[in-house]
Amino acid sequence: MKSIKTLFAGKKRDTVISFGIVILAFIIVQIMVATGNISSSLKGQLVPICAYVVMAVSLNFTVGILGELSLGHAGFMSVGAFAGIVATTSLADTIPFAPLRLAIAMVIGGICAAIAGVIIGIPVLRLKGDYLAIVTLAFGEIIKNIVNVLYIGQDGKGLHFSLLEQGFELEEGGKMIINGPMGVSGVAKISTFTSGVVLILITLFIILNLINSRTGRAVMAVRDNRIAAESIGIPVTRCRLLAFVISAAFAGMAGTLYAMNYSTVTATKFDFNTSILVLVFVVLGGLGNIWGSIIAAALLTILPELLRAMNDYRMLIYAILLIAMMIFNNSGIKTRLLEKRAAKKAQKAETAGKEGA
Amino acid sequence: MKKAAVSVLLAATLCAGLLVGCGSSSGSTASEETAQTETAESTDAAAETTETAEAAETTGEAGGVFKLGGTAPLTGAAAIYGNAVKNGAQIAVDEINAEGGAVQFELNYEDDENDPEKAVSAYNTLKDWGVQLSLGSVTTKPMEATSTENFADRIFALTPSASSTAVTEGKDNVFQMCFADPNQGTASADYIADQQLGTKIAIIYRSDDVYSDGIRQKFEEEAAAKGLEIVYSGAFTDATSNDFTVQLGEANAAGADLLFLPIYYQPASLILQQAKEKGYEFTYFGVDGMDGILTLEGFDTSLAEGVMLLTPFNADAEDERTQSFVQKYQEQFGEVPNQFAADAYDCVYAYKEAIEASGATADMTAEELCDLMIQTFPTLNFDGLTGDGITWDSTGAVSKSPKGMIIEGGKYVGL
Repeated sequence: MKSIKTLFAGKKRDTVISFGIVILAFIIVQIMVATGNISSSLKGQLVPICAYVVMAVSLNFTVGILGELSLGHAGFMSVGAFAGIVATTSLADTIPFAPLRLAIAMVIGGICAAIAGVIIGIPVLRLKGDYLAIVTLAFGEIIKNIVNVLYIGQDGKGLHFSLLEQGFELEEGGKMIINGPMGVSGVAKISTFTSGVVLILITLFIILNLINSRTGRAVMAVRDNRIAAESIGIPVTRCRLLAFVISAAFAGMAGTLYAMNYSTVTATKFDFNTSILVLVFVVLGGLGNIWGSIIAAALLTILPELLRAMNDYRMLIYAILLIAMMIFNNSGIKTRLLEKRAAKKAQKAETAGKEGA
Repeated sequence: MKKAAVSVLLAATLCAGLLVGCGSSSGSTASEETAQTETAESTDAAAETTETAEAAETTGEAGGVFKLGGTAPLTGAAAIYGNAVKNGAQIAVDEINAEGGAVQFELNYEDDENDPEKAVSAYNTLKDWGVQLSLGSVTTKPMEATSTENFADRIFALTPSASSTAVTEGKDNVFQMCFADPNQGTASADYIADQQLGTKIAIIYRSDDVYSDGIRQKFEEEAAAKGLEIVYSGAFTDATSNDFTVQLGEANAAGADLLFLPIYYQPASLILQQAKEKGYEFTYFGVDGMDGILTLEGFDTSLAEGVMLLTPFNADAEDERTQSFVQKYQEQFGEVPNQFAADAYDCVYAYKEAIEASGATADMTAEELCDLMIQTFPTLNFDGLTGDGITWDSTGAVSKSPKGMIIEGGKYVGL
């Protein structure tokens, strides 16, 4: 009994809730699938939900823990998506076992996104606040435009790259992997719900441990007071860059997972609308609140589909619900509820203390 | 704190109000639907007696209410195409159901916002609804995503308008009602060469659009084979589709006399306008995306005088079917239908013909229907609004002859 109580106390509480939600959701879905009670609509959304959850958790690390507003997160997702596609397509013959291929593709997608994160992070992290937000927005658009003019093809001789124009001829039997603005067509779908959940669990494990580690505390110290942090010898730039790059890497993995769930992907999907959407998940779930991000991402991905019965009013109602949720999240009602709960707890503790005495 | 509580309450009431509003409207449509199915059932009963006579002619007893479904961009930038398709299909379904034959349809279109992710979700919603025959998706990229699902789930699809070859490639149960992009490019080059419309050709195309770029590639290949000289080829993207003065200037400087525009009519209207302002004189040649330019709101139709286009459908055609279709469309939706609507209309009728020819019944599963349709479609010889004697090969590509049109006096006239 005591151990369960300590599990739900303090920092550990967040960790337990985060993992609990994911594992519980996974079990429930598996039961639904096994008993055949799941609708195709929900089934089709499982992988995108997983991808968005990872996106939200990783962005929460930048926005909530590092305290920098990033509006270009979809750019990293894009890098991961296309790197992952190139990896899975070119490895299709070498590694026929799909889950392993997906895992390798995710690692490659994550590494590529991390490299993009370093390239972007070095100039961007010289800035703060609004300036940083706008520069990340611009970088997201730059990534979109670069992928839009990227041509990658594969034939017997290996991979061919070119920018702007398709500057290579493929041999007989070769095929285009990324075809400039037309994006990717005919990818083998290898993402599964299980692989998505595994990715979420890995992300949670690393990010939650990082938050509660020495580095994580340093990052939060930088967020709360940069000068004070610097004065006690925390390497500010290194901490910020580290957090930014880790966040980018997970976004890249989420991108790979997402891309491998659809037979076609274009760069325009990962525009700033997607970045804002992920930011909405994070803000609704609460800055710095990891399990909040998980719930918000899942809820807001399912919601538009649940509202399909409303036909023309669908997006309007979605927007109104979003406003209502945001207001509720920020309102007195919630604070009062929380206050009441805290008061109850205090009372309980008091009575318990008295009994103990 | 009070303010926040009040605003939450207000938002909630607004929501509730909307829900009530929708509830009643959806309730009414539901009752309409049941009424429709009821009448359908009663006509079915009536039809059954005649069916026994007909049964001798067809291979089996085709009949029942088939569930047709498709995804379309009903909202967003591409909504004009999605709604045209939905409306066109609706008219065909209403006609068939009103006729009261053995084959009846129930139509359901879900919004995909022209996004592959949303399209797959919409497709899955249709699957939950119990779709038996799919009308695929309207736009190309969503169709590439949903056709993969169609293939995996063995649900037959006939898309009215998704024209890229990637849609049908390697999928035996996905068919197209529109020309595949390459065919249009080849046909346009042939037409220009045969009719000697121009010698020095400039192209302005949209490079981030599969449709536009696909046509451009095939056009260039065929043009080279036919000895046409392409003097300039200028690209634009969605983000740069407002200003064409650079491309027009370069085309003019290159001495082009014919401007080939494998693009949709909205950017084309801007090109016509900006060329006029600059005083350039080209002969314009478009493809089926150009169809609809005359009904574009706020467009000065005199600019389009002399524009030629290849399109399968002509709203001004004299034949009875086209006229009745255009009339119905105008009555119900208040505008002249474009070729997207006509393609969708033909899709529904093609399904009807295929069902009658194969003797499919509505109690078959989607998979059984799929096998029947795969066998039947290549054997069909279908007369529709978008062409006579339309046939399909087993890859799913359609074969129909495009009609050359020229705009004269604010109307499409056959060339």
